[in-house]
Amino acid sequence: MNNFEKLVEINNIKKYFSMSRGRILKAVDDVSFYINKGETLGLVGESGCGKTTLGRVVNRIYQQTEGQVIFEGKDISHYSKKDYKGITREMQMIFQDPYTSLDARMTTGEIIAEGMVIHNLYKQKDRTNRVFELLNLVGLNKEHINRFPHEFSGGQRQRIGIARALAIEPKFIVCDEPISALDVSVQSQIVNLLMRLQREFGLTYLFIAHDLSMVKHISDRVAVMYLGSVVELTESNDLYKNPLHPYTQSLLSAIPIADPILSANRQRMLLQGEVPSPINTPPGCKFKNRCPHASGDCSEEAPILREVSPGHFVACHLVN
Amino acid sequence: MSDIMSDVLGLVDIPLEEFGVLGKDEYVSEVVNRPSVGYWKDAWRRLRKNKLAMIGLCIIIIYTIMAIIGPWMTSFSYRTNYLMETNIRPNAQHWFGTDVLGRDLWARVWVGARISLFIGLVAALVQTFLGILIGGVAGYFGGNLDLVIMRIVDILSGIPFLIFVILIMMVIGSGLFPIIITFAITGWLGMARLVRGQVLQLKEQDFMTAAKAMGASSSRLILKHLIPNMSGVIIVTLTMRIPQAIFTEAFLSYIGLGVKPPMTSWGQLANAGGQVMQVHPYQLLIPAFFISTMMLALQLFGDGLRDALDPKLRK
Ligand SMILES: Nc1ncnc2c1ncn2[C@@H]1O[C@H](COP(=O)(O)OP(=O)(O)O)[C@@H](O)[C@H]1O
Ligand SMILES: [Mg+2]
Repeated sequence: MNNFEKLVEINNIKKYFSMSRGRILKAVDDVSFYINKGETLGLVGESGCGKTTLGRVVNRIYQQTEGQVIFEGKDISHYSKKDYKGITREMQMIFQDPYTSLDARMTTGEIIAEGMVIHNLYKQKDRTNRVFELLNLVGLNKEHINRFPHEFSGGQRQRIGIARALAIEPKFIVCDEPISALDVSVQSQIVNLLMRLQREFGLTYLFIAHDLSMVKHISDRVAVMYLGSVVELTESNDLYKNPLHPYTQSLLSAIPIADPILSANRQRMLLQGEVPSPINTPPGCKFKNRCPHASGDCSEEAPILREVSPGHFVACHLVN
Repeated sequence: MSDIMSDVLGLVDIPLEEFGVLGKDEYVSEVVNRPSVGYWKDAWRRLRKNKLAMIGLCIIIIYTIMAIIGPWMTSFSYRTNYLMETNIRPNAQHWFGTDVLGRDLWARVWVGARISLFIGLVAALVQTFLGILIGGVAGYFGGNLDLVIMRIVDILSGIPFLIFVILIMMVIGSGLFPIIITFAITGWLGMARLVRGQVLQLKEQDFMTAAKAMGASSSRLILKHLIPNMSGVIIVTLTMRIPQAIFTEAFLSYIGLGVKPPMTSWGQLANAGGQVMQVHPYQLLIPAFFISTMMLALQLFGDGLRDALDPKLRK
């Protein structure tokens, strides 16, 4: 493991939101992981489990309640306004909703060039050329430069968002469900584009998704999140072949399989019950009310994420 | 097909992927040659194509120019009483006739235009400026600041307009300046509410987060993203505010709080004309014509501007 260089590392990150009447919403509750240079870490979990919040903490858009964010060996948990501008050159973001993530009042060219303007990169003339280059890179045409976002389809808009993120040559990109809002036919195009760009520029991704189906293709390792905590983290092949946490197993069984024979023989594992509210979570394992194997232990004490085999981390009392 | 033929047609070196379904991309070829423009230039281009808006703009410009030069085009002063020549109908000498006191109405209409347009414009601009500033700060920074500002707005908007007017008139007297102060103090409340609502809605959107994640400063976020996205709503409200201020000034003149004669305004002229409407209808009709055409022009221009500022409506 040591011959990999860690690019991003988060330790015991907590992000709590204060709600009305003094209640506290634990959107992210004690999450730690690292991402190696050039690697993609998938982050999977149901909607509302805190993926976006975690991504934004890593990206320094949100300040964590507790914990540590390390980038290239440097602790950036706390930073000044000036530091922040430097950080934004290294880390970028791609958004879930291609309709609200682009400013409707700007042309494609202005959107893509904005980062270069803010960071004062290139001369005016070279910026236009750079925008052309980026458009080409993400599979759009030169002619698109003067068009407004509403003239594009969802997939094309997502390409513009990708070009915008690439414009200032970041090392790390948080892709927050970049394909969830797209047609299935377009999803794989965008995933392929992201993978090609990663190879070409040695990018590192945190790739967020709400189901496991596409994540496998792009991720080297996958972290499964449930109600603010990571419940399982391992190499993506391992996760698909040997899921250990009951929640991961249920997510996997929900993926449609193209092969009818395999599909017919498969055991579907349907979860009972609802996700508990992230406000006032009861003690013990957060998954216990939906877990088919829950026992007495699970109500007592919250399981911690531990390494059960090399590189395979699970937070479950029932796994040895 | 011979090689020469295909050479001529340029078919030889076209790779396979260049071929596609025809007609699917008509949209593309339609806009390809549009010159490279930014948002504001593009909006202006769209505005120019809107005939009604351009008619509105022309009327606004003509009236403004006339307000400046109109009074000098006739040898009669707006304030001199020709007591031998009262209530004369429009003729070659007095183009709009004269009023009850024998003052030349052409001169009075354009001097009145100066006052009305000035009050309308300044009141609307001050209101908009204060509204954007205060509502923007409340919405953008939120928290306790927002709470305090919005409570003040609530309290102020509970006080009737006339009480403000009378209080201010008592302190600084009547005339042009107090009227503008009154409009400024009372008018920004609605604008501030509107702007705050817009800011609250816009600032949660991903494009704002994207700009922040790109390192954009607060001033850039506000000037480049927030304001352009609010501009449509603000401009329409602004163009409504101008006629509103003109009307309110007319109302204030009526109860004796407006500009003092012999100075006049469109509202005052209409008032005076209204009193002799049955005998000398032209004294009402002439100022009424200018007030209503100006309102119409502002409305048309404001609507056109709003549409032009919304790229989604681009043809
Ligand atoms: N700015 C915020 N203020 C208060 N609560 C928030 C905020 N952002 C997210 N949350 C809450 O945190 C939880 C996690 O949200 P989110 O990170 O968006 O989940 P996901 O991206 O996995 O769908 C949700 O319960 C959500 O309501
Ligand atoms: Mg999300």
